Amino acid sequence: MSDEPLVGLVLVSHSRVLAEGTADLAREIGVGRVAVVPAGGDVDGGLGTSFEFVERAVEAADRGAGAVLIADIGSSVLTARTYIAESDRSVRFADAPFVEGAVAAASAAAAGADLDAVAAAAGDAYGHRKT
Amino acid sequence: MFDTRQAVAWIEASARLVRDDADRLTELDTAIGDGDHGRNLTRGFAAATEKIGDAATPRTVLTAAGSALVSSVGGASGPLYGTFLRRTAKALPDEPSVGGAELAEALAAGVAGVRELGGAADGDKTMVDALDPAVTALRDAIGDGADLPAAVARAAKAAEEGARATIPLVARKGRASYLGERSAGHEDPGAASSVLLFAALAEAAGAPS
Repeated sequence: MSDEPLVGLVLVSHSRVLAEGTADLAREIGVGRVAVVPAGGDVDGGLGTSFEFVERAVEAADRGAGAVLIADIGSSVLTARTYIAESDRSVRFADAPFVEGAVAAASAAAAGADLDAVAAAAGDAYGHRKT
Repeated sequence: MFDTRQAVAWIEASARLVRDDADRLTELDTAIGDGDHGRNLTRGFAAATEKIGDAATPRTVLTAAGSALVSSVGGASGPLYGTFLRRTAKALPDEPSVGGAELAEALAAGVAGVRELGGAADGDKTMVDALDPAVTALRDAIGDGADLPAAVARAAKAAEEGARATIPLVARKGRASYLGERSAGHEDPGAASSVLLFAALAEAAGAPS
């Protein structure tokens, strides 16, 4: 195992519970080595998206190798992409299904994949059939 | 000319018009969205008016207002209108007063930013269907030699017509797109709020009503 920092993940959801639950799952897949940080709900604790939560989550997830952002729907997607458009950090938006993408990204990040490869792994999850 | 005072007046009038029409926006959004557009925008523009007091140029007014929208709305309209105002600001010279043509070009850059972020094309039944005709009318009017108040009045009218034209459309972006054909017959709430933004700009620019 190298000591190089791993790519972190930020999970942006309308729902705090959905973001936290998906982060739990992804952390398990990332064998506890990948920083998976939820950014769910609005600042009042309701359903919605908070730019500030996204900012803070990226700060926590980026441990030197950057962070990949995965969002659920609507304003989560737009907020994540707005953040990325202005951020000076190494960040990528993954066009990916929320749960499957988070799991695939955590797996790739745990294996030491770089930022683009982690984002690509999340996107590839669109192709994982269940039948 | 469009100066700092008018830029502040634009944001303040937007806040008032959105608040006054919040119930109608929410009603439109309840029909084809998630029913929070009026409340979200009221909160966002209220936050925006609190952040623009110290701004010295139209550019800094619109940057501060846009950032406040992104941070405080909590729905898709926050990043979208926030990007609209900030991209507009970025295209303006940092002077206390800018020309009508400069403002028109900057607003066009703002609409381009909205398209880029949301990925909406014309006729997708989104705010772009009101914003784009408004900015086109503004540029055309300025190009024809109209002064800013008259040009903005034409822009506001074009926004209204654009929003009305969304009624029969089937949504292809946003939450309404999940409804498919059932989204037809309702005015798009984002287009409706864009009408208010241009009505506010007309008021701030001193357009004849």
